[in-house]
Amino acid sequence: MENKEQTVEEEILINFEKKIENGDSIEPKDKMPDGYRRHLIRQISQHAHSEVIGMQPESNWITRAPTLRAKQILLAKIQDEGGHGLYLYGAAETLGISRSELIEQLHTGKAKYSNIFNYPVLTWADIGAIGWLVDGAAIVNQVSLQRTSYGPYSRAMVRICKEESFHQRQGYEIMAKMMAGTKEQQEMAQDAMNRWWWPSLMMFGPHDSSSPHSGNAFKWKIKRHSNDELRHKFIDKTVQQAQVIGLKIPDKDLKWNEKNGHYEHGAINWYEFHKVIAGNGPCNKQRMEHHIKVHNEGKWVREAAEAHRLKKERQN
Amino acid sequence: MTTDTQLELWEVFMQSKPGANYIHAGSVHASDKSMALQNARDTYSRRGEGTSIWVVPANAIVASNPDDNDLFFDPANDKVYRHPTFYVMPKDAKAI
Amino acid sequence: MTEQSLYNYCLRMGDNALILSYRLSEWCSNGPMLEEDLALTNFALDMIGRAQAILKYASELQGGVKTEDDLAYRRSEREYYNNLITELPNGDFAQTIVRQLFISAFEFYFFTELQKSNNATLLAIAVKTLKEVKYHLMHATDWVIRLGDGTTESHKRMQDAINYLWMFTGELFEMDLIDTTLIEKGIGVDLMLLQPKWHRHIQQVMYDATLQLPEEGFMQTGSRKGIHTEYLGHILSEMQYLQRTYPDAIW
Repeated sequence: MENKEQTVEEEILINFEKKIENGDSIEPKDKMPDGYRRHLIRQISQHAHSEVIGMQPESNWITRAPTLRAKQILLAKIQDEGGHGLYLYGAAETLGISRSELIEQLHTGKAKYSNIFNYPVLTWADIGAIGWLVDGAAIVNQVSLQRTSYGPYSRAMVRICKEESFHQRQGYEIMAKMMAGTKEQQEMAQDAMNRWWWPSLMMFGPHDSSSPHSGNAFKWKIKRHSNDELRHKFIDKTVQQAQVIGLKIPDKDLKWNEKNGHYEHGAINWYEFHKVIAGNGPCNKQRMEHHIKVHNEGKWVREAAEAHRLKKERQN
Repeated sequence: MTTDTQLELWEVFMQSKPGANYIHAGSVHASDKSMALQNARDTYSRRGEGTSIWVVPANAIVASNPDDNDLFFDPANDKVYRHPTFYVMPKDAKAI
Repeated sequence: MTEQSLYNYCLRMGDNALILSYRLSEWCSNGPMLEEDLALTNFALDMIGRAQAILKYASELQGGVKTEDDLAYRRSEREYYNNLITELPNGDFAQTIVRQLFISAFEFYFFTELQKSNNATLLAIAVKTLKEVKYHLMHATDWVIRLGDGTTESHKRMQDAINYLWMFTGELFEMDLIDTTLIEKGIGVDLMLLQPKWHRHIQQVMYDATLQLPEEGFMQTGSRKGIHTEYLGHILSEMQYLQRTYPDAIW
């Protein structure tokens, strides 16, 4: 039994896990187990698609932004998200999958994007709520991913976190301004808060007790903090910010726990969460159709650019 | 049905200020050199991060194989005489 | 007289930037590829910045009673002076990029000349804007050549866009009493002198792109008098919606 030869895969796995244990980062050309590669492609592409699909609900308000300053900020923010999608596609491509394949996986439903973008953005206050709550939740998650084990993913996250620090603030600023404004503005802000609070909490994913992918993700240091840990971190920070500007948290069960120094929240509606993930959110169809339409409309442009290059190469 | 093209992959290197090293920033897609350069500019210097950009077709980059790390890099580890600290200076001499 | 002319001149420049930025911002999350999405958004951001600076100056000329946001968001259809070409719908990417070439080439020559203005504010705006415009022109020119000399489909789309947009280019060079007043004072730019340069420049790009300019034909006009296409009204009703619905709100 002792001298039974190790298979190649076993050897790769052992060396790989040794590296992970040492806290070394994994680089594209390093040997890695298939499961690690698959997990990363799934996670990074989902992350990339979320950034890109997330541009849609917000760009819905660019032309209606109420001041020149507001329009500038919103446009710059959405553009950042496009850039972040691009960084992440780049990171996924280092794993041997092309952007075309990644987009195809999105279109066929094989790859997912963050559920939060299947909710409609109804008023200008929603733009504030998205920046403050949705980006706030995303940042908590992304900060923890800066130390993820895959080098290109980690580097992309460092860059993203640096750039996103203004996103949450601009959202909070919108909310603060509205709460200091007319009665109508205050109502609009509270209404947005009521609609975005729970979906934001869902962004952290299922409770640790029922999260299906956690095992290897932790062992391989792709994920560094659990869903519930991150969710609590977000709630603790956000409740305080809400109180300062006079917004109510739409959770009658929310209470401060003296013992562990965290807020405890009421029950999350996981039925709704799963229903929306399964494609039944108010905007799933709209978001995907839009992405496919734009992709198809851009096809002639991309093909022409390639054709032009080939012509030029032949001429030289 | 023709297959989708997302154009070629290019790697981007940025210099943050004059005199600094060029550091890998990420990648972009583009069909030609000028597009690659402009896409790199719009993607990686939205906040004035750079004073200069290099773009290189990703397939032109040759990378060392991690399997060769022992023969590539380990032999340099014992060449201590390449470092100034290896040498003993007379007590009163000042370093140049 | 000069003061009023200068104010109107600023509205014209400011509105051009404001309305074109509106159109370009519509490309956000609609670009033919992610990289180009970012590029067009950058153009839009440059132009909002420009509109802000120029409208702010316009507001100062009137004693600051109305802010730059009031000017951007609280005027009605007949009080905007942007060239018609800026308010036309984006169409396909071909139409957007041809429009950009026509406008950026015009702006290149315009702001180059405006750098000689003896009005310090306009001069400073011209210096800053010219850097941005040079980049817009380079980017648009590259695309026009790629798509003109790309596939049969892209060539056709580009030629169609040129044929459609051409009748809106004459207006770029129209001058009225405002212009002559400001030229006399050494403040404004003589647009007549720009036209041949612009035309030669565009001809050269067309040649490189294997595209044709239409025969000189009828040119659309109106914006100098605040007479627009039907498209502007829709832009304004969308852009001004919050300011109009909640007049007392501060955003």
